[in-house]
Amino acid sequence: MIEELLQSSPGWANFGIFFLLGAVLLLIVLGFVTYGILAERKVMGYMQLRHGPNQVGGKWGLLQTVADVLKLLLKEDIIPKAADRPLFIIAPVIAFAPSFMVLATMPFTDKFQFADIGVGLLYYIAVSGLTTFGMLLGGWASNNKYALLGGMRAAAQMISYEIPLVMSVLGVILLTGSLNLNEIVAKQEHGWFILLQPIGFIVFFIASIAELNRTPFDLPESENELVAGYHVEYSGFRWAFFMLAEYVYLFAMSALITVVFLGGWLPPLAILGFIPGAVWFALKFSVVVFVYIWLRSTFPRFRADRLMEFGWKVLLPVALANIFLTALIKSLFF
Amino acid sequence: MIRTEEMILNVGPQHPSTHGVFRLVVKIDGEVITEAKPVIGYLHRGTEKLAEDLQYTQIIPYTDRMDYLSSMTNNYVICHAVETMMGIEVPERADFLRVIAMELNRVASHLVAWGTYILDLGATSPFIYAFRDREMIINMLNELSGARLTFNYMRVGGVKWDAPEGWIEKVRDFVPYMREQLQGYHNLVSGNEIFLDRVKGIGTYTREDAINYSLSGPNLRCTGVKWDLRKNEPYSIYNRFDFDVPVAESGDAFARYHLRLSEIEESLKILEQAVEQFPAEGQILAKVPKIIKAPKGEAYVRIESPRGEIGCYIASDGKKEPYRLKFRRPSFYNLQILPKLLKGENIANMIAILGAIDIVLGEVDG
Amino acid sequence: MSGEKDLEQLKKEAVAKAKAAAAAKRQAKAAGTSAPKQAENPVEPVKAATPPAVEADSASDADDLAKKKAAAVAKAKAAAAAKRKAMGEAPAEETVAEPAPAADAGDDLAKKKAAAVAKAKAAAAAKRKAMGEAPAEETAAEPASATDADDDLAKKKAAAVAKAKAAAAAKRKAMGEAPAEETAAEPASATDADDDLAKKKAAAVAKAKAAAAAKAKAKAAGVGTDAASDGDDEKAKAIAAAKAKAKAAAAAKAKAAAGGKAGDTSIPETETKPSANQPFLDKYRKVIEENLGADVLEDSYINKLSKDVPTLVAKRGTYFKVAQFLKYNELLGFDYLSELHGSDFETHMEVYVHLYSYKNHQSVALKVKIDRDDPTIESLHPLWAGAEWPECEAYDLLGIKFTGHPDLRRIMLGEDWVGHPLRKDYEPYDVEV
Repeated sequence: MIEELLQSSPGWANFGIFFLLGAVLLLIVLGFVTYGILAERKVMGYMQLRHGPNQVGGKWGLLQTVADVLKLLLKEDIIPKAADRPLFIIAPVIAFAPSFMVLATMPFTDKFQFADIGVGLLYYIAVSGLTTFGMLLGGWASNNKYALLGGMRAAAQMISYEIPLVMSVLGVILLTGSLNLNEIVAKQEHGWFILLQPIGFIVFFIASIAELNRTPFDLPESENELVAGYHVEYSGFRWAFFMLAEYVYLFAMSALITVVFLGGWLPPLAILGFIPGAVWFALKFSVVVFVYIWLRSTFPRFRADRLMEFGWKVLLPVALANIFLTALIKSLFF
Repeated sequence: MIRTEEMILNVGPQHPSTHGVFRLVVKIDGEVITEAKPVIGYLHRGTEKLAEDLQYTQIIPYTDRMDYLSSMTNNYVICHAVETMMGIEVPERADFLRVIAMELNRVASHLVAWGTYILDLGATSPFIYAFRDREMIINMLNELSGARLTFNYMRVGGVKWDAPEGWIEKVRDFVPYMREQLQGYHNLVSGNEIFLDRVKGIGTYTREDAINYSLSGPNLRCTGVKWDLRKNEPYSIYNRFDFDVPVAESGDAFARYHLRLSEIEESLKILEQAVEQFPAEGQILAKVPKIIKAPKGEAYVRIESPRGEIGCYIASDGKKEPYRLKFRRPSFYNLQILPKLLKGENIANMIAILGAIDIVLGEVDG
Repeated sequence: MSGEKDLEQLKKEAVAKAKAAAAAKRQAKAAGTSAPKQAENPVEPVKAATPPAVEADSASDADDLAKKKAAAVAKAKAAAAAKRKAMGEAPAEETVAEPAPAADAGDDLAKKKAAAVAKAKAAAAAKRKAMGEAPAEETAAEPASATDADDDLAKKKAAAVAKAKAAAAAKRKAMGEAPAEETAAEPASATDADDDLAKKKAAAVAKAKAAAAAKAKAKAAGVGTDAASDGDDEKAKAIAAAKAKAKAAAAAKAKAAAGGKAGDTSIPETETKPSANQPFLDKYRKVIEENLGADVLEDSYINKLSKDVPTLVAKRGTYFKVAQFLKYNELLGFDYLSELHGSDFETHMEVYVHLYSYKNHQSVALKVKIDRDDPTIESLHPLWAGAEWPECEAYDLLGIKFTGHPDLRRIMLGEDWVGHPLRKDYEPYDVEV
């Protein structure tokens, strides 16, 4: 259906439909963010011997995040006097927009995908890199030293880790012969890439945590050092945007890992094919999200300089070696 | 033309990792600290001045608020100073209660130190585990003294309350439980590569520096000085217990971290023995005058608090109030080495170093 | 003679009591720390010795009064004679020798006191020597010579020296674990030598001066237990008793010479007991005087209220020098500044510094009195980096200025605070009120 729309000539109707579909996706994503945050709090709570939210919206705290978001919306919007006003205002938008944009190429099932473009994987990685600008700008525009340090850390970290991130998926691309996410999924019918590319997966997963700014790589906003890093001066809805961007990236990255390494919507075994692809996707996706949360409640934080060293001196060589190995295997066995 | 400029960063007085109202003015070049200047005094309450108008018993609650994580040792040091001056013999049962209370408090204090330190390094869970176990101690001390943090438990000549029914058994049961948990702590954190990466070789100083800067407690012992006042200048009944003084040689943050956990272990040993030897009967308060008047003269005593050497100096003119009261507060002394340690480190290490010193601001500011 | 016998009886009783006490203590200890551990730790006996010491002290106070009233010369003479006799009779019997000086002092209180001291010493010694190296009787010999020595000023000094030596010997022993007999010989001979010296010069002016100094010091410090009180007594009696003293001295000397042999085995262990830290104080004083001159210290004493910490009071001008010396002299080596603070005593300001030596495991308190109107003193920061903040604190709360401090600031209250709160005349300043 979307393919057809994409092929058809542009017009207001098309725009309206796309806009509507986009809004629907946004709502889905917002729904995920709402309950992703709740899940994170609950999971972390149980890992830490406590209950997490259990008051608002029944004993599961189902409306807790909704209440939180409402509160953020109603909060006074504070822009520091010394801040660079236009940049300060636009920074959260710059941070958030790419996170939503990357979802366009994501094949959730074989049907449910917005744009099946040939360079889907590349598109994802390229666009997601833009968020760094938002963080850096936000940090700089705040005119706060902690924010600046956080912004600088964010820039340094994301650029450093994008390289191993890309390098690690090159193995997958070599095996698939395509950057198209649909083709990558299709290729995994007989074996997920997590099994064929274990090294690539590990490197990708580690780098993805760094890209997501999550513990143990949450240096840009490390609260114990930089108070809150780049968004220390933000409050209310603007701050919510940064948070939103973060969790949408969590959504997107989990989806990407599911697609690239876990076989997307494909069932693990052919006999389980009667279960719809969307369920498989959701299950795999949830596992990835859970692992992210799990890591967050377990690890302490890296140190900035060690993080760089780790990225450049460990992950990158390993990723390169993985490419070499994959190329070797491919030319020998495939 | 690129040039870098030094930036002055105000860490605190409201900062998540300064453990209270502590301010650190650091000059940074990028993320590297070129100079650090601690600013303290935000929590100064003039305990020593207030004490000059208070009777000795009335001072005890004020000491609770100095090092609020180990109030028992603070209670003890002032009582001990007055008892030393007056030559009061504390009844055996009271001594046992004191030691048990102090050691429980020491465990609780080290648990907070451990939990918050890991929290400073970015891991959230260990903190909550530590607080769960601390909570058990706090509850026990609550049963004993009626307060959870500011116990006001000791008196000159003994203690205020006797142990309630079944309390000693609770302490006895707590020891093996805590041992098990301690092992869990080690499993959870002590071997974590990221953690080791952040604390090993960080904030290192030599034995000479430690002594020169008047450091005490784990901060001193981490450089190989086997020195614990409980062992070396035994007070109360510590000479009756068999325990070890853990030391480390490396003098870095990891050594300090490890020492604190080892000290929990040793405190548990003391608790175990104290509970075993606890006298079934006996007075909990020596015969002391209604109004305590320390004899004319001066005294300085020092004991081992979880943070180091806590001392109390009393100059008395024979009245019921001290003429001059002074506490040697270990955190205050321990913090002095900070500027030296921070030079050339980066911001992340600043937190790791500050946390490893383990300060309590109530104590730093007096 | 019969009186003497009574004394002997009393003494024996005291010793027996001491023994029992020691045994009880040992028993109590048995479960706890083992004996070698105690030997390792020179500070521990202090605690054990303290309560009896206090007891003795109060006795000596009463003694003081009694003495001031009476202190008849004749009585003293008679006592001295009796003592000499006693000496001749049983030179080797330490328990007899011990009451002699008490009799010399001439009243029951003194006796009681001496007995108490002996008890304290015996108890502590017995405790220390948990292995039972030295029987309690033997240890009693030491107080004898000590008290004896106290009768004479010159002697007292000799005793002090002997004590210092004994302490050194004891220390060496504690480390090397040499048998008591070996080391014991040395201090004994030292006492002898000092006696001889004292005898030779007798009333020589120089010695008298030194003795006076020693006495003043001893008195101020409340040296040990009976040593100090005896010193006080003598001072109160002043010149009137000079004759008696001379005689007593002669007797004491004779006895000390005799006792030197008999008391071989006991002295080093027991010497530390009047106050376990007395020898350390003597050592500090000696080393300081030898190196910095005789008049750098205003005063020095054992602070009995404060766990018998040796306390030195430096003069305003020599404070830094003394502190420097305390840190860098290898005999002293006080490398750790435990505490520094100031106090306002209305007549003067005082800076109290508590030092500790991790090399020798000894504490010392260094004090200095400074002018209240212009409280300025050298900073100890160049010596101990740990003095930086405590000095800031003293400056902040008391207004004491430390010259040479790298960053003297109002560390607690802030630079805009008016007044120094810990001064006794402080008036809170508040524009709002």
